[in-house]
Amino acid sequence: MDFSFTEEQTLLRNSVQKFVQNDYTFDNRRAIVKSDTGWSHKNWMKFAELGLLGAPFTEDQGGLGGGPIETMIIMEEFGRGIVVEPYLGTVVLAGGFLRHAGSKAQQEKFIPEIVEGKRVFAFAFAEPQGRYNLADLAVTAKKSGAGYTLNGHKAVVIGAPWADHLIVTARTAGGQRDEKGVSVFIVDKKAKGVSCRDYPTVDGLRASEVTFENVALGADAVIGTVDNGLPLVERVVDEGIAALSAEAIGGMKVLNDATVEYCKTRKQFGVPIGKFQVLQHRMVDMFMNYEQSVSITYMVTLKLGESETERKKAASAAKVQIGKAGRFVGQNAVQLHGGMGMTDELNVGHYFKRLTMIDTMFGNVDHHLKRYASLD
Amino acid sequence: MNIDYTPADEAFRQQVKAFIAENYPQSVRGKSRNEYGGKEDFLAWHKVLHKQGWIAPSWPEQYGGTGWTATQKYIFGEECALADTPMVLPFGIAMVGPVIYTFATEEQKKEHLPKILSGERWWCQGYSEPGSGSDLASLKTSAVRDGDHYIVNGQKTWTTLAQYADWIFCLVRTDPKAKQQEGISFLLIDMKSPGVSVRPIITMDGAHEVNEVFLDNVKVPVKNLIGKENEGWTYAKFLLGHERAGIAGVARSKRGVERLKKLAAAEQDGGKPLLDDPMFSRNIAELQIDLLSLEFTELRTLANESKGGHGPEASILKIKGTDIQQRLTELTLEAIAYYGNPYRPFAHDKMTNEYVPGPDYSHGAAQNYFLTRRTTIYGGSSEIQRNIIAKMVLGL
Ligand SMILES: Cc1cc2nc3c(=O)[nH]c(=O)nc-3n(C[C@H](O)[C@H](O)[C@H](O)COP(=O)(O)OP(=O)(O)OC[C@H]3O[C@@H](n4cnc5c(N)ncnc54)[C@H](O)[C@@H]3O)c2cc1C
Repeated sequence: MDFSFTEEQTLLRNSVQKFVQNDYTFDNRRAIVKSDTGWSHKNWMKFAELGLLGAPFTEDQGGLGGGPIETMIIMEEFGRGIVVEPYLGTVVLAGGFLRHAGSKAQQEKFIPEIVEGKRVFAFAFAEPQGRYNLADLAVTAKKSGAGYTLNGHKAVVIGAPWADHLIVTARTAGGQRDEKGVSVFIVDKKAKGVSCRDYPTVDGLRASEVTFENVALGADAVIGTVDNGLPLVERVVDEGIAALSAEAIGGMKVLNDATVEYCKTRKQFGVPIGKFQVLQHRMVDMFMNYEQSVSITYMVTLKLGESETERKKAASAAKVQIGKAGRFVGQNAVQLHGGMGMTDELNVGHYFKRLTMIDTMFGNVDHHLKRYASLD
Repeated sequence: MNIDYTPADEAFRQQVKAFIAENYPQSVRGKSRNEYGGKEDFLAWHKVLHKQGWIAPSWPEQYGGTGWTATQKYIFGEECALADTPMVLPFGIAMVGPVIYTFATEEQKKEHLPKILSGERWWCQGYSEPGSGSDLASLKTSAVRDGDHYIVNGQKTWTTLAQYADWIFCLVRTDPKAKQQEGISFLLIDMKSPGVSVRPIITMDGAHEVNEVFLDNVKVPVKNLIGKENEGWTYAKFLLGHERAGIAGVARSKRGVERLKKLAAAEQDGGKPLLDDPMFSRNIAELQIDLLSLEFTELRTLANESKGGHGPEASILKIKGTDIQQRLTELTLEAIAYYGNPYRPFAHDKMTNEYVPGPDYSHGAAQNYFLTRRTTIYGGSSEIQRNIIAKMVLGL
C-alpha cells in the first residue's frame, strides 16, 4: 500500500501548479471568461508546451505515457484555478475514446493533433429527454450507403463553441432507450448540416445546443463497434467522473482554505468570527467533507482499470461523495463569508458555482446512488 | 382548538381572489424579478394595491391600513402568494413606514407616509456597513450636529435596490463616546443630497440588486431625525422585530412546491415523469412536510401574538422558512438536470446573444439557487437567529 506520488508525478503537479498560480490568477480567469471567445488559446498552447495535452497518451503517440493518476493531478490543480479550457472534453473524454477504441487511422490522425493543441473536442451525449441515461438517445445515425446519416438534437454540449470536432453518441439500432444499438461517431463541426447555438453557462464555461440535419458521415467516423458503443461510453464517462472528482477536490480545497483564512481575519462582536464555536465546527465538517472526497478520488482513480462492475461502482461512489461534499463545502463557504460570499467579485461564489455544476455533470447524487445500489 | 375559517373569512378570500384575478398587472405577468426592466415593473403591483387601499394591511387604519383582522391579513398574503403576485418591496411599507407612524413627528408623518403608500418615494435600508454586518451596533457612519443640520460621513453596503431609491433610512452614530447601542440615531436621507453616491455590487448570479452607498459630508436637516437623538437602536430593533407576518414565506413556498411538482411532471426520466421517481418524490414529500410543520408553527405564532404574547418564534420562522426556500431552489435545479447550466443574461450584461436554451421553467433556475443563498445571510443570519433562540428561549 502506497499513496505517495512518483518524482515525475510531483514534477507534473508542480508545473501545473505554477501555471495556475502565475498565469491563471482569478483576475486572469475573469478576463478569459468575459472575453468574446470565453477561453484562451494562448493557455491551450501553453498546456501543449507543458505536455499536459499529451498526458494520457503513449510516448509513441507523442504523449507522456501517463495514466489516471496523472490525469487526477492535472485536474485537481486545474480545479484550484477553475480552469475553463476544455481539457476534460478534449484530452480526458475524446482522448479516452480514441485511446480505448480509435482505429489506427483515427489515432494517427487525431492524437498528435490533440497533443500539439491543434484540435479541440467536445463530447455531445446529453439530450433534452434523456436526463442522465446515456442510452436514452433520440439522435439517430441511419445507415446510408457505406456511411451514416445523422439527425437530431444534442443538449448542453459543454465546450462545443470551442471545438473543431464532436464526439457524438447516436442510435444506430433498437428502441430509444435500448442498451444495444448505441454507436459513437467523430463529427467535424464544419460538416454540412451541423449547427450550433452557443451560450455561456453559469459556471463560466460555454456550451451549445447542437443540431444535426442529415449530416453525412463516412464509415470511418465510427469509434468502436457499431451498435455496441454503450460499454465504451460508460467507461469513458466513468473516467470523466474520476477527472471531475479531482477537479472538485481542487476547488473544495481552495474554498476551505479561503473560509478558514476569512474567519481568522473577519471581526464581528470584537472577535474574529472563527472564535465562534459553531463556525469552528462547520469548518471542521467542511474539512472532513474534503478529506473524504480526496480519499474517494484516489479510490476511483485507482479502480478505473478494474472489472466493469467494480469500475462503475467506484465511479458512482465517487460521484455521490463529491456531489454531497461539493454542495456542503460550497454552500457553507458562502454562508461563512456572509454578504461577501454572495458577490461576483470574490472568488468564493465562482468555486461554489463550479462545484454545483460538477454535481449535475454525468449524473447527480440521486442518479449515482441508484446506480451504485443496482450494482451492489 | 380548530383551524376552520368562518364564512366571513371565506367570503373575504373569494373577494381577494377575484380582485387579484382582475387586477394582476399584465406588464409583469410571468416575469420573475430578475427579468424586470426597471422601477415601473417593481411598482406595477404596488400601484394596483394602493389604488384599492390594500397596500399596507399591517398599518393602523388611521395611517392607511386596511383594518383587517389577523386572519384576513393572513388570507390576503396567502392569496397573493398563490396567485404569484409580484412582491411588494419591504423597505417603505414594511420597514420605515412603521417606524415613522410609531415614532415620528406629525410633520414627518405627513411628509412621508402618503408617499410610501403611493410608491412615489422609493426607500432603501442603510443599516449594514463593511465592518458591521451581524454586529450591527458597531456601525461607524457618523453624523455630527452642525446648527440645524447633521454632517454625515461613512459607508453603507449591501443596500438593496439603492440604485432606484429616492430616500435611504440610515443608522448613524451621533455619540461616539457612548456605549455602542446608545450612540446611534435613526436618520432619513434624501438620496439626491450632494455627497451621496451609489456603486453597484454584482452578486454571483449576475444580478445587480445590491449596492454600496457612500456618504461624503452629506448635509442632512435635523428635521429628518426620527425620534430622539441616540435612541435609534430602539427604533431599529422595533423595525427588525416588526414584520413577522410573512417572514416564513409559507405561502410563497407552497406555491413554489406546486411549481416544482409541475416541472418535475414535465421532466422525463426514462420516458416517465421525474415526479414518479421514488427518490425525487421523496425529496418533495419531505419538503412539503417540513413546510406543513412550519405553516402550523406560524399559525401558532400568530394566534399567540393576537393574545398579546410574542417571543423569539420569529427566529424559528426565519431559520426554517429560508431553509425551505433554499431547498426549493436546490430541487428545482436538480429537476432540470443539464438545463441548469445555461446562463440567463440580465439587461445590464448587454449581451448581443440572449439565447437561453431549455424549457422556460429552467431559465435562470441555477442563478435563482445561487441568489437564494442570501436568505440565510441577511435579515439576521441563521447562526445569529440560533444564537437568539439559545439565549432568549433556552436561557443558555
Ligand atoms: C443580498 C443581500 C441583500 C442585503 N440587503 C441589505 C439592505 O438592503 N440593507 C442593509 O442594511 N443590509 C443588507 N444586507 C446585509 C445583511 O444584513 C448582512 O449581510 C448580514 O447582516 C450579515 O453581515 P455580513 O455580511 O457582514 O456577515 P458577517 O456578520 O461578517 O458574518 C459572517 C459569518 O459569520 C457568522 N457570524 C457572525 N457573528 C456570529 C456569531 N456571533 N455567532 C455565530 N456566527 C456568527 C454569520 O452568520 C456569517 O455566517 C444584505 C445582504 C445581502 C447578502
